[in-house]
Amino acid sequence: MTLSDAAAGLTLLALIAYAVLAGADFGGGVWDLFASGPRRDAQREAIAHAIGPVWEANHVWLIFAIVLTFSCFPPAFAALGVGLYLPLHLVLVGITLRGAAYVFRAYGADDPRARRRWGAVFGASSAVTPWLLGACLAILSNGALRVRGGVVEAPRLSAWFGPLPLTLGALALAACAYAAAVFLAVETDAALREDFRRRALASGTAVVALSALAVPVLHAEAPRLASSLVSSRALPIVLAGALSALASGAALYAGRVRAARVASIAWIALELAGWSVAQYPFVIAPDVTFAATAAPDATIRFVLASTAPGFALLLPSLWLLFRVFKSRPRP
Amino acid sequence: MDTLTAARAQMEMSLAFHMIFAALGIGMPLVLVIAEGLYLRTGDARWREIARRQARATAVLFAIGAVSGTALSFELGLLWPRFMQMAGPVLGPTFALEGYAFFLEAIFIGLYLYGWERLTPRQHWLVGVPVAVSGALSGVLVVAANAWMQTPPPDSGTLLGGAFTSVDPTAAFRSPAWASMAVHSTLACYVSVGFALAGVSAWALLKGRDVRYHRGALDVAMSVAAIGAALQGVSGDFLARMVARTQPVKLAAMEAHFETARGVDIIVGGVVDEAAGAVRGGIHIPRALSLLIDHRTDSVVRGLNDFPRDARPNVMLVHTAFDVMVSAGAALAALGALFAYVRLRGARDGDLPRWLLRALVAGSPLGFVALEAGWIVTEAGRQPWIVQGLMRTRDGVTTASGVPSTFALFTALYAGLGLVVLAMLRAMTRGRDAEAGA
Repeated sequence: MTLSDAAAGLTLLALIAYAVLAGADFGGGVWDLFASGPRRDAQREAIAHAIGPVWEANHVWLIFAIVLTFSCFPPAFAALGVGLYLPLHLVLVGITLRGAAYVFRAYGADDPRARRRWGAVFGASSAVTPWLLGACLAILSNGALRVRGGVVEAPRLSAWFGPLPLTLGALALAACAYAAAVFLAVETDAALREDFRRRALASGTAVVALSALAVPVLHAEAPRLASSLVSSRALPIVLAGALSALASGAALYAGRVRAARVASIAWIALELAGWSVAQYPFVIAPDVTFAATAAPDATIRFVLASTAPGFALLLPSLWLLFRVFKSRPRP
Repeated sequence: MDTLTAARAQMEMSLAFHMIFAALGIGMPLVLVIAEGLYLRTGDARWREIARRQARATAVLFAIGAVSGTALSFELGLLWPRFMQMAGPVLGPTFALEGYAFFLEAIFIGLYLYGWERLTPRQHWLVGVPVAVSGALSGVLVVAANAWMQTPPPDSGTLLGGAFTSVDPTAAFRSPAWASMAVHSTLACYVSVGFALAGVSAWALLKGRDVRYHRGALDVAMSVAAIGAALQGVSGDFLARMVARTQPVKLAAMEAHFETARGVDIIVGGVVDEAAGAVRGGIHIPRALSLLIDHRTDSVVRGLNDFPRDARPNVMLVHTAFDVMVSAGAALAALGALFAYVRLRGARDGDLPRWLLRALVAGSPLGFVALEAGWIVTEAGRQPWIVQGLMRTRDGVTTASGVPSTFALFTALYAGLGLVVLAMLRAMTRGRDAEAGA
């Protein structure tokens, strides 16, 4: 394994952590927006209770991934900055509005109209942001973003409404909603748990449908990636991911929410890993590779070395955070 | 609006916005730790109440700081991709370490804000300490990145065709600017937050609202503010002398000093005429600049005329910002000393004189004014370079189109957020005071 591969692997891990943890946060916002039925307020309270202490920490994984990218693959970061200029700005608007709306609602006046307004902003931005990020992944895969002769050719606006960006955007949103529903089912009980279990089944169905749709769309729009996904390198990972998804659905159906949670985390991690392995060696297919954009060895070594003391501090702290707020019995 | 101007404007606006909340994210946790520490020591519930109420404000401010900081990490690549392509290998290490520090702050602030009921009082205070320490540490680490941009050590690495083929990942930490910048910018956070909080409490005391609470809050705020403001003058001296050594053109611009000479005056204020190379008006303090720079009244200070015109920053902007910063800082140091004198001489819980309270209210925004002015000095003073001597700002900017639109979009977004935050903070202070009674 080369240094640049190690750095790419670490970046993937950061993205997986972000997808699982922040993805669940985004999904929580979606369910807040679609809270319904007699237990609507209790649903919103459960979501706030789940997200409140951990959301700040969850979203740092994105910054981690960004720092890794510009430290270890600076020209790739630059190309992404130019090629994804407008969509990434929209992602920022989504992230900013989401965080702001969340605290404005939580700490603001008790005026119910204002709370509903901020709740709507929170929910809408929680839905739009994962969609945009999924669409960005599509653009990295289908060759819409070219870098030729050192010049970045950004995708046309219409490219963002193509079949693959739309499918992967929707899939990212559904995945976040699914993960959140499963996590919330674990963190609630009785009737509320049933509410979230049903929501998980619904969004899980959407995930399955969109994943199935993604197959022909990938073949049509990103043939290189499609054939790479069934190669001997990526296929085992993709299949393991699919099995985890099925296991998660089955566990959910049977009411085994804890098992469903483990399986859903495995599913997200494996799908992202499968995509990365298939996408490899490209950061941006087909022009930008990890190897060609790698920073000097000394920087990558420093960054990799810093993970040891860094995670030695982080992991116990994260464990403490989740233990204090997520362990049973709840008060 | 051309791309470069729009990109600079968007970055400046994003940084100026984030800076306020970053300062609060560094200063507020210190105030919280002090207040809660006093509660543990004395058992007086008033200190706990101060910590609880200010924690609520901190939650909102920290969140806005976090999202605006995320925006900046993106904007580095969105607005300055060519700069990041060159500088990524050197700055990466500083941001990586800052990332861990910020991550710890985010974790422990979650524990602090939500753990009041779940942790014992002592445990709760303990989790506040890493918030304060990590906050300051992440600020110090991110300043290393800026320090490298100001004074990159010559042995940072090998630049070939505008890219580092080999690099020393510790180069940013070896910048001569780092230590003095880190101290000065961290103190600035404590000073600005301290005086802002003091102003809020002073205002409430003038109105006679919740007197016992606000006397306590004022004491905590002013202990941080006054000590910080006194130290800041010393720190500023170190920093100015370092700048004179390593960035003489910036120093010359700060002082609107054109002709290299001995025994140079300090000019406060005035209107700079760059074409004529002179300053009209302004107050002259004889030989003070030479004295400041080298602690000798006859030392040589290099003037702007020593440098080619296209290597000079906007002198009027840098000079005015510098004078605003120093005036505000001096006023705050004096205000802090005055408060200490009156407070320590007077009776423990006796009334504070109204003129002092009014002065505190008047002075409360000055810390943030000085903070922003100082960053304008150092960033505008480095122009036309984005990395001094290595890359000009215009060579680092994006080639994407649409920058004026994103600048407009983000200005509107941040203006809106700023207004909401102000309204919320007002409601928080008013509401709680009304509950607690006068």
